[in-house]
Amino acid sequence: MYEELITSGRMNINIDPVLHVWHWQIPLYLFLGGLAAGILFFAALNVINGNENKYSTAVKTAPILVPAAIVLGLIALMLDLKHPVYAWQLYMTIRFDSPMSWGAWTLMAITPLSIIWIAIYIKELMPKIDLEDGFIGKTLKLILKQTNGEVNWDWKYKFLSDFEKYAYKQRKGLAWIVLVLATILGVYTGILLSAFNARPLWNTSILGPLFLVSGLSTGAATIMWMSDNHAEKLLFSKIDVALIIVELFFIIHLFMGFLAGPTVQIDSAQLFFGGEFTVAFWGFLVIIGLIFPLILEVLELRGFHIPIAVPAVLILFGGVLFRFIMVEAGQITRYLY
Amino acid sequence: MRYGMAIDTKKCVGCSDCVVACQTENNVPVGYARDWIVERIDGVYPNLELEIRTERCNHCDNTPCVRTCPTGASHLIEGGIVKVTHEECIGCGACIESCPYDARYFHPDGWVDKCTFCDHRVHNGQDPACVSVCPTKCMYFGDLDDPNSEVSKQVASRKWKVLAPEAGTSPQIFYMS
Repeated sequence: MYEELITSGRMNINIDPVLHVWHWQIPLYLFLGGLAAGILFFAALNVINGNENKYSTAVKTAPILVPAAIVLGLIALMLDLKHPVYAWQLYMTIRFDSPMSWGAWTLMAITPLSIIWIAIYIKELMPKIDLEDGFIGKTLKLILKQTNGEVNWDWKYKFLSDFEKYAYKQRKGLAWIVLVLATILGVYTGILLSAFNARPLWNTSILGPLFLVSGLSTGAATIMWMSDNHAEKLLFSKIDVALIIVELFFIIHLFMGFLAGPTVQIDSAQLFFGGEFTVAFWGFLVIIGLIFPLILEVLELRGFHIPIAVPAVLILFGGVLFRFIMVEAGQITRYLY
Repeated sequence: MRYGMAIDTKKCVGCSDCVVACQTENNVPVGYARDWIVERIDGVYPNLELEIRTERCNHCDNTPCVRTCPTGASHLIEGGIVKVTHEECIGCGACIESCPYDARYFHPDGWVDKCTFCDHRVHNGQDPACVSVCPTKCMYFGDLDDPNSEVSKQVASRKWKVLAPEAGTSPQIFYMS
């Protein structure tokens, strides 16, 4: 029998015997980034199409989650950095070759824009605010002034109300910018991984579109879950069905590419065909996280009554699991020489 | 100017002297190594072939680590040596993920550490520490652009391979057999 035995004297921490440099922080961030991108994408799209009142959850309510998701994701990223006091070095340069660099800059742009987005619509969502009540009220007192009347959400400073009026007038332009940035953010979470040619499982160009579609799908599921408007629920249910089908096609594409690829990619695909990620990927992600919610949503569209939370939670679970599996499995795959 | 190394796998005995020399010369933290020994056994019993080689950063021509670094901390200096600026490194791990040779690691102080081809010695006209201590003289270091350098002569006259050429990195360390 042909033998091939490689013994290495190296035992660097987190590098040997198998690479494990990225832990839970990176997949969590990739999920939250994809979710934020998905929600903003649909919010922007509905403003551009002039549907902001028809689909108000997508445009006005759901985006409130975006800054929270981004900030949580950024905290996870900071926890991942081993030299975090130098994190500002990211913003001392733009490196077009490095997906991480333009990801950092995209986040820099999209985070303030998402906060402006909320500020435009906050008056409609929360017309009455008691500024003497609790921590939130007292904090808001810094920028709001107390007035009486039906709508008492009044900015304390003139430049804030001027800015709100200006931003509201320009919201279509803002929506176009947000649409482009959200797409970049969604694609970037996948391209971040596919740029690493040393990890055969990641080194495939389908990962960008696959992560984008998965992020859009989790965003649509969240909007569908939050909405209490039947027409809106129906629309996002349909969008989700389409996105899940596209995602399943991309997953088939992914493995077709691996199995038709070089040895290292055939080997990395084996992790999912009998290897240690088989059950997690096909059982928990594909069946429970994609196909099962797909069936539930199709039944819902056919008139069966299904609690909307069930498919939504399953899709979000699938989104988290997909990123954890890809990051964990990718670090195991490597070139052997 | 293009620094490179030629390593004679027929002469290497795997004594790990190069590993210890590097750790001493570069104050490599305990438990880590910038260079290491690999033993590879190939064939059908009883006709087995053993290859022993000393490995380190390949100071590639097409550097995935420099490409993926978001801050420019990983960079090339004169002679094609890949180095890391500690004050620019945020410890994100992108370069570690991008290296097919797993030649990088997190220094306990947070920044990413790796072989520097002992550039502080090379600029003074000396060989890297690992080369200078090798008891079997199996390693040759020098300028690959100079056809008269020892390393160029070895590469020109011997049969050689590079590690994982299919990763597309154009490594600058040549293993002669």
